[in-house]
Amino acid sequence: MFVFRLDSHSGVPPYLQLVQQVRQAVLLGFLRPGDRLPLIREAVETLAINPNTVAKAYRQLEQEGLVNGRPGQGTFVNETPAAAMSSATYTSLRRGLETWLRRAYAAGLDEQAVNALFTAVAHQTKDENVA
Amino acid sequence: MTASDCVLRTDGLGKRYRRTWALRDCTLALPTGRVIALVGPNGAGKSTLLRLTVGLLAPTTGTVEVLGESPTTNTPQVLSRVGFLAQDHPLYRHFTVADLLRFGRSCNLRFDQGLAERRLSQLGIPLDRKAGALSGGQQSQVALALALAKRPDLLVLDEPMASLDPVARLEFLQVLMGAVAADGITVLFSSHVVPELERVCDHLVLLNHSRVTLAGDIETLLTEHRLLVGPRTTTDLDRAGTVVEATHSDRQTTLLVRDGGAPTAPHWQAHPIGLEDLVLAYLRRPAPHGAALPVDVAEVPA
Repeated sequence: MFVFRLDSHSGVPPYLQLVQQVRQAVLLGFLRPGDRLPLIREAVETLAINPNTVAKAYRQLEQEGLVNGRPGQGTFVNETPAAAMSSATYTSLRRGLETWLRRAYAAGLDEQAVNALFTAVAHQTKDENVA
Repeated sequence: MTASDCVLRTDGLGKRYRRTWALRDCTLALPTGRVIALVGPNGAGKSTLLRLTVGLLAPTTGTVEVLGESPTTNTPQVLSRVGFLAQDHPLYRHFTVADLLRFGRSCNLRFDQGLAERRLSQLGIPLDRKAGALSGGQQSQVALALALAKRPDLLVLDEPMASLDPVARLEFLQVLMGAVAADGITVLFSSHVVPELERVCDHLVLLNHSRVTLAGDIETLLTEHRLLVGPRTTTDLDRAGTVVEATHSDRQTTLLVRDGGAPTAPHWQAHPIGLEDLVLAYLRRPAPHGAALPVDVAEVPA
């Protein structure tokens, strides 16, 4: 069973933290098509969180097409989530990133510089893809 | 809001103890189905407002309506639908937990003893133990189970977690939020601890100097407010009355504004604000002119 966690000091609104955790878990294959997300009541009792917050997160995930809610049964991960990738792709991308990171640290960059560089390049590539 | 989706409505509500106003000019309309936090420093009038809500106090001025009725005139009808947990969750110390449940059943029109017994046994609280022999956290759980056994439409809690350790606080909130998810109860609770409110509450009422200084849906309040940081400015700050707070350093001015995201002037940067900072900024504001309140307004003893 998938378990949510909540970081009260991250500055990210609680509902968005839940949305991001599901997105990430689907992306990394921890959640697979057909898996059931915790019932609202289960999530509420684990996290001591407002039920409306969980409901809001599930509504957003449903709008994104990642999950579907079946009345009386729960909320399930959809059959072909657009964002999912194969474990082979995941492993190979991860390896590539590790190699790059080792080179960056060897070149004397610290974590902040690495993050800044990554963000800048990510933004640039995204713009290119859109254009 | 129509009467049916309004759990608490007050109009010009005020309460005076001898010469001191504990609450003044309180006009509110609180929606049903929400978890509403009543926040303010000690002596701001939180307990007074809650006690007026459950009919333990009569207003000096104005009116209060709970679930569409006056809590002081239609007492049994209204109160059977309202649960109230006073500060420090008082219990009869020499009663066993089972005695307390029996007492609750005899004193209420509506009382689900089985529900309370199930809740307490899930938490491992023995029914044959005297209330005084339970830990603080367990006592709070017994008091909460008694209040929830009424199957209330509105649950009013006065500083429910003030005396609890972090583990007991979490357990208390887990049970409370579980009840909200299961039964759709509206919860109104007072607190002066802000950080844990964000995950629990979706509506805020801020009391300061015996007056309501801010009230609304938390998400809406957070989008309406923002921080503007720019070159030092001391003139013309109160543009259209949107500035809540202004702080200055040698070269910079930081403004907390409530302008709903109007375009930013050149050289000014806009940042979102968190709930805790928003609450603190409002609490730092001085009392309005003419309020003439003594600083040490005594909190109503529970």
